[in-house]
Amino acid sequence: MNIWLVLVLGGLITFAIRFSFIYLFGKFHVPDALRKALHYVPPAVLSAIIFPELFIRNETVDLSLDNHRLMAGLVAILAAWFTKNIFITILAGMLALLLFQFFL
Amino acid sequence: MTEQAKNFWAGVRSEIPLLIGVFPFGMIYGALAINAGLSTLAAQMMSSLVFGGSAQFITTQLVREAAPGLVILLTIAVVNLRHMLYSASLAPYLASLSTRWKGLLAYLLTDEAYAPTVIHYEKEGATPFGHFFLLGAGLTLWINWQISTALGIFLGAAIPESWSLDFALPLTFIAMVVPVLKDRPAIAAAVSAGVVALFAHTLPYQLGLIVAALVGIIVGTLLEKRQSPDETSPSVGTSSPEGTSPSKEVS
Repeated sequence: MNIWLVLVLGGLITFAIRFSFIYLFGKFHVPDALRKALHYVPPAVLSAIIFPELFIRNETVDLSLDNHRLMAGLVAILAAWFTKNIFITILAGMLALLLFQFFL
Repeated sequence: MTEQAKNFWAGVRSEIPLLIGVFPFGMIYGALAINAGLSTLAAQMMSSLVFGGSAQFITTQLVREAAPGLVILLTIAVVNLRHMLYSASLAPYLASLSTRWKGLLAYLLTDEAYAPTVIHYEKEGATPFGHFFLLGAGLTLWINWQISTALGIFLGAAIPESWSLDFALPLTFIAMVVPVLKDRPAIAAAVSAGVVALFAHTLPYQLGLIVAALVGIIVGTLLEKRQSPDETSPSVGTSSPEGTSPSKEVS
């Protein structure tokens, strides 16, 4: 298949997936149970992205102190909990990672 | 400032921390795409046609291996399947918009635009001009994705990996998710999804992410049912079959 055809079709497929529910929601009645369930999408999806980034090192779960990203992530979680500020959280996490990489 | 402009610029601002991680990512994509044998134009155009980091990286890899077009398309579909969750999650807030608006916002609906927007909606609820927030966040990301792709194509990756700028992405998501964890069902949804993601991360094509998210949604919904005693069913155990059905529809 021609690369341009692949790119255009790949773009259309991606768009169709993103458009799917946004398009359909105005057209049909949506059960309340589904609406309620959708409130758990943000915590579930974001954690599913975050956890592997922190815990997985060299393809396995690494709970040791040598896992600097996990340690820095814990610092960031504390910063987020107490400050609720995005920039402070990122700054705390990045600084923690640099310090851990440097000293540990 | 009008409500439209206020929401738009709030969306733009919300995207800035994510750019720290996205920008080097875009440059790496540009450099890899050229390296895999894509033309300058094809490498750049993929960033606007497909406009999704994970799918673009995997496509680049498959082009390098000279995989058949159909395989590439199928892979793109599976990798981007998680966006259907985002579509469902934002759909209630966008239901009253015109099809043209819905189309534009759907085109801009990436992981990095979804996250700040849904957090904004969870906080503010549906407002008449809330969609301008998504527009601001999405356009900011789109412009930076195009620029970083171009820089990667012409300069190479350029930013040393040892700077660990990619770590800014999970950090930003941490900053966004922690304030959402207000009650036990939400915390349980987050923890269960996270733990499942660890076990499922070996699944290819981001499928682990979808499995983990669905488990989190089911756990959160079940716990919420258990906590609200106004259910007609007297026994807690019987609530599980109904509890799983809505999240199946999400998939």
